[in-house]
Amino acid sequence: MANVVVVTSGKGGVGKTTTTAALGTALAQSGQTVAVVDFDVGLRNLDLVMGAERRVVFDLINVVQGAAKLQQALIRDKRVETLWLLPASQTRDKDALTDEGVARVIDELRQRFDWVLCDSPAGIERGAQLAMRHADAAVIVTNPEVSSVRDSDRIIGLLDAKTERAERGERIAKHILVTRFDPARASRGEMLGIADIVEILSLPLLGIIPESQEVLRASNLGTPVVLSDPASAPARAYTEAARRLEGEDLEIVIPAEKRGLFTKLFGRRAA
Amino acid sequence: MMWSWFKRRNSAPVARERLQILLAHERSTLGRSNLVSVLQDEILAVISRHVFVDPDAVQVKMDRGAKISTLEIEIEIPNMVGPPLAMTY
Ligand SMILES: Nc1ncnc2c1ncn2[C@@H]1O[C@H](COP(=O)(O)OP(=O)(O)O)[C@@H](O)[C@H]1O
Ligand SMILES: [Mg+2]
Repeated sequence: MANVVVVTSGKGGVGKTTTTAALGTALAQSGQTVAVVDFDVGLRNLDLVMGAERRVVFDLINVVQGAAKLQQALIRDKRVETLWLLPASQTRDKDALTDEGVARVIDELRQRFDWVLCDSPAGIERGAQLAMRHADAAVIVTNPEVSSVRDSDRIIGLLDAKTERAERGERIAKHILVTRFDPARASRGEMLGIADIVEILSLPLLGIIPESQEVLRASNLGTPVVLSDPASAPARAYTEAARRLEGEDLEIVIPAEKRGLFTKLFGRRAA
Repeated sequence: MMWSWFKRRNSAPVARERLQILLAHERSTLGRSNLVSVLQDEILAVISRHVFVDPDAVQVKMDRGAKISTLEIEIEIPNMVGPPLAMTY
């Protein structure tokens, strides 16, 4: 039975798709079966970031509407054999996703995989709510910037109100993932610090992904950053975040905010 | 001169303060209105700064009465207390 995780944010362009691809790949690299699901109907991008855009035949909407079977739409990764992609459609509109259809597909994925990662569209409307609906856990992708933190707060509110778990009175595990973090700018006081974000949102931190050229290079190549350059700072940060998602107690080191001085805090057991 | 340079650079504290005021308002009017889960998250965040606790070990229950409501908070802390979190920013 899979752990269903939604990667969400409210705000667009903060790194949800990059994160879904990187976390999914990192989890699959440890031998677990993973499905990454693109809920961004009409603006699909996960297939591009995963380098599978030319292999898309059927998509989430086809499966939701019963026009294709799940196994016909799932695309197996060529590099990591336990990793699969369920792409979104590029053309059809998001109203084609019915509540019952999505519930059925997630249920089917739950039976077959260890992890199901749902890449949410931006916004707080129906598309984002459908992506989070069946989640057991949420990764809230946040940039160190006022509008992103505010949108994260809105999304946290929705996670506590509109998910199946919330409606059953159960807890949904929520984690903050700070991405596009620039240590130099944070140390100069130009950017919200990690402590500010954690305090304002009051949620445990899953990791800190630094702003890095390698992320852009990875998406140009269609290779998730944990594969394109495993030794790079964002790759290592994503790999560690994946281990925390699995429940490992790994210390979080804030990327050097002052030269020579590492600021440390301990990660809490995630999920 | 120095001061204006400093003011220009140090915008993060302003961002932080504006956010805290805005979110306090927004949480009370929309979105995060589920008091019980907000409390659960915040209590958990505070405790985790000092000891390792299982996220499910914090139980918050609200009993609504006619005149007053009671809030019941139960936190399970392991006897083997973990290392305190060195939260020095
Ligand atoms: N850590 C990072 N460093 C540099 N660029 C990043 C980073 N994370 C994401 N990006 C870039 O930001 C843009 C938006 O990322 P994306 O994952 O598509 O966001 P979203 O899915 O939230 O809209 C992309 O161009 C991506 O390459
Ligand atoms: Mg995206």
